[in-house]
Amino acid sequence: MKKVLLVAFLMVFTLMAGMGQVEANDGFFEIRGSDTQVNLTGNLAEAFMDLNPETVISVTGGGSGTGIAGIINNQFALANSSREISEAEMEQARERGVEPVRIVIALDALSVVVHEDNPVSELTVDQIGAIFRGEITNWSEVGGEDKEISMYGRQSNSGTYVFFREYVVKGDYSDDKMRMNGNAQIVEGVLSDDSGIGYVGVGYTVDEGEVIDGLKMVNVAIDENSPYVSPMDPANVADGSYPVARPLHHYSNGQPEGMVREYIEFVLSDEGQQVAVDSGFYPITDEYREINRENLGW
Amino acid sequence: MRRERKERAIELFFMLNSLVVIIVLLGIFYILISNSIPAFREIGLREFFTSARWNPTSYSQIEYGILSQVVSTLMVTIGSMILSVPLGVATAAYISELASPKTKQVLKPVIEILAGIPSVVIGFLGIVLLGPAIARAFGLPNGLNALNGSILLAIMSLPTIISLSEDAISAVPREYKNASLALGASRWQTLIKVTVPSALSGITAAIMLGMGRAIGETMAVLMATGNAPRMPSSIFSSVQTMTATIAIELGEVPHHTTHYYALFAVGLVLFIMTFAVNLVSDIILHKYEEVE
Repeated sequence: MKKVLLVAFLMVFTLMAGMGQVEANDGFFEIRGSDTQVNLTGNLAEAFMDLNPETVISVTGGGSGTGIAGIINNQFALANSSREISEAEMEQARERGVEPVRIVIALDALSVVVHEDNPVSELTVDQIGAIFRGEITNWSEVGGEDKEISMYGRQSNSGTYVFFREYVVKGDYSDDKMRMNGNAQIVEGVLSDDSGIGYVGVGYTVDEGEVIDGLKMVNVAIDENSPYVSPMDPANVADGSYPVARPLHHYSNGQPEGMVREYIEFVLSDEGQQVAVDSGFYPITDEYREINRENLGW
Repeated sequence: MRRERKERAIELFFMLNSLVVIIVLLGIFYILISNSIPAFREIGLREFFTSARWNPTSYSQIEYGILSQVVSTLMVTIGSMILSVPLGVATAAYISELASPKTKQVLKPVIEILAGIPSVVIGFLGIVLLGPAIARAFGLPNGLNALNGSILLAIMSLPTIISLSEDAISAVPREYKNASLALGASRWQTLIKVTVPSALSGITAAIMLGMGRAIGETMAVLMATGNAPRMPSSIFSSVQTMTATIAIELGEVPHHTTHYYALFAVGLVLFIMTFAVNLVSDIILHKYEEVE
């Protein structure tokens, strides 16, 4: 009986939350979405709030899919997404009179991590894809010990899940892949599993500029003939030689205005980009600056 | 006259309240059914119930089969019952029949606190504590599997099983026990052969309610079972339960698509499962009260 009542209350609250569109006035707005970007955006928001004490920004995760669904339903000011919005989602948004605007806020090198005791330290994109498709199941097939591989990845509501599938797996993930709730859980899993492999945002693998104890970052090559490069070096990400680098996004509903615009200007400024670097990610390149300029019309 | 009217009003107030509860329940049932029908129509009952592959966001072949999820859910639930029933009933018997009043005073609130631990916390312990321990004990690469989920669910359903079983055991009439003791049976024999069997229907109901909690639990299993959407082959397989599927996927799914309706259909199956368990426990409990 109590439970049923509770459910009823929850339903009412959810309905109210769904109907009441949050406006970016009154000194408050909300950013929701990508788990990869939660810490980064939290740091950006804090830095911005330090400069503008009258502003309050709320940052929560939930996955890129959640963020994009929220922007389509016009529930908050900005969505965090570690993948681009799809054509189908764009269409849904337009049907509801929403025009999502893409803003690239930082770059991430998606790191492939293994346990530090694992002798394997270099993999090609093809090999990583084959591992996650379930075609390579033993470490000995890629130059390691005779041990079965256990895969740690994200759930389907994650932008990282989608990005990694499009650019690395290029097929369906193996049903044996464990679908973890967040980047931190993948790191936790690989740390305690010497036959594990996982993929996480680079910001989650480092602690004050050093790779976390017990974790090993794999150097990745585009193919057998290319050099194996580390995601730790910003130059590899900037010049595109690290093959699984990706942009991290904010999506806004239409051109951002007022306080949201001020916040975006801060994020794209040198100061904001420094916050991204301090959070373990990389600054945006000129190519993305150009894209932002076009989308924002500034 | 005035007083009568006042009493009428009070009566009406309480009736309206219980009516609201019934309407809410029917409303949930209606929403589940009406959103599930498009799923059954688009996917087909056959694929939905007999295919073991659930992959709505597939690259190449989209499939909506809930068989592996149902098996995973049952596996984790039954596993948790195997662990929690003997432990729970024994604890209940101890508290109501053997423990000194002082021990009782300590044990009962401790068990109630156990019920109050949030499931996220239990799930977290499953990842950092229980998982590695299972991996070490059985020589596995990792401990994120059905067994981990079962143990966590057992811990979570223990308070329900213990407190309801204890009620049932203490409700066994004194005369039964006295008669048994008078016949020369020992305290142990009386407990095992007379008291517990007399309370069996109450204990069964307690177990069913504990099971209802285990089937519907989401957070702990979502965190600790590894969420691999395959058909489990043993208790050491990573599994994805029905509740975890709904919790993970409902946030990202565009409204009014096949995927959206399919998640409601999973919810409907889950609802029917828990409803059946609760109904059975209610019937058993009712019988037990009649005997009283």
